[in-house]
Amino acid sequence: MPAVVIENVHKSYGPVEVLKGVSLAIETGQVFAIIGRSGSGKSTLLRCVNGLEVTQSGRIEVAGHAVTQEQKALRELRKDVGIVFQSYNLFPHLTVGENIKLAPRLAKGVSEAEADARARAVLAQVGLSEKFDAYPDNLSGGQQQRVAIARSLAMQPKVMLFDEVTSALDPELTGEVLTVMENLARGGMTMMLVTHEMAFARNVADVTVFMHQGKIWEQGPSKELFASPKTPELQAFLRSGVH
Amino acid sequence: MATFGWPEFFFILRSAGWTLLLTALAFVIGGAFGAALAILRLSENRILRGFASGYILVIQSIPVLMVLFMSYYGLSLFGIELPAFFAASLSLSIYVSAYLAEIWRGSIESVPFQQWEASSSLALTRAQQYRYVILPQALRIALPPTVGFLVQLVKNTSIVSVVGFVELSRAGALVNQATFLPFQVFSVVALIYFLICFPLSRLSRHLEKVMHAGRRH
Repeated sequence: MPAVVIENVHKSYGPVEVLKGVSLAIETGQVFAIIGRSGSGKSTLLRCVNGLEVTQSGRIEVAGHAVTQEQKALRELRKDVGIVFQSYNLFPHLTVGENIKLAPRLAKGVSEAEADARARAVLAQVGLSEKFDAYPDNLSGGQQQRVAIARSLAMQPKVMLFDEVTSALDPELTGEVLTVMENLARGGMTMMLVTHEMAFARNVADVTVFMHQGKIWEQGPSKELFASPKTPELQAFLRSGVH
Repeated sequence: MATFGWPEFFFILRSAGWTLLLTALAFVIGGAFGAALAILRLSENRILRGFASGYILVIQSIPVLMVLFMSYYGLSLFGIELPAFFAASLSLSIYVSAYLAEIWRGSIESVPFQQWEASSSLALTRAQQYRYVILPQALRIALPPTVGFLVQLVKNTSIVSVVGFVELSRAGALVNQATFLPFQVFSVVALIYFLICFPLSRLSRHLEKVMHAGRRH
């Protein structure tokens, strides 16, 4: 069974239809990249997958959970589905360690000792062990984003969503975040990511889809899609260099 | 005719204690209600939200003096005789609850909505989001205006003198009636208000600076 199934999803903001019948499937362990211009609906689609956006019709299932707006069911889903945001969204009043321990303690009922061990393990995984007691304000953007990834990982998710996670970073800081994501991909994590990093999509993602005007315009194995784009829109998009 | 000596001075000073007690009671009781109202005001339930904003709107739109008259004289029509101190604390608490609710609602709302998104995405319940993520941040934002409001409250307790309760202002008026030394008497009263309020104002301004410096995003 696929880890993520999206079937004919429609979504509008008032009169503006941003998703016009999107369907896709992501296999367990797959890295799935979504590219496209701003306004193509790619971030919205990603946010629908963990219920942050409400869809008007269609069906989404992720890690065995149907996406609903019923709060309890949604919380169960979110225990298995992590998301990392463009703006990191760490909790500024908590240390790095506390940021990471919070959700396992509260949502999963993990013991303090276990949460602590998990926090240290995931921090090591993103290469920031020494920042356990630091506050987010004292970290660089790249470090904050790696902590955000670690915070998500501490919930031991089955699927991870990444919403343009390097877009807010200075170019010299994107590398460290992408390296962490690449390692995750190698470790077999099922990942769905919206990205402007074409090289990352081409080299790391198994499948890439190009979204255009609220639809999946073109999709395929990443190598093929980038080597020989079929639609003129994707060709133009890849040529433009503005991603 | 009495002179303005130590006994009169200590009488005024003791009454300042009542002013402080009234302030503290109104602040604690009104604050508890205000906190609940602020949360209700932001509830996802329309009826709760409507109730809270209705209450706040009504209380903010009438003078606290009217609330005081209603609870002191009005209730006696129904056979409920409230002692002046009780009516005073009740009215001031009602007044405080509506104002603090609005200050705190604003503070909660100024926590970036991404903090709600991030915490709900981590499967926290709404109560957990408030307790561990939103309120600690809102508190920092709320502290300076809350202390600022406290200064207003200290001064506004003087209106309860109209129902005969002897707090700082009323004590000054009584001493003045006995001594006819308004300038000396009310200078002392004003000085006491100043000594209570000035440190609070400074604290509020200090908190504003500290809290501002402590937050970069």
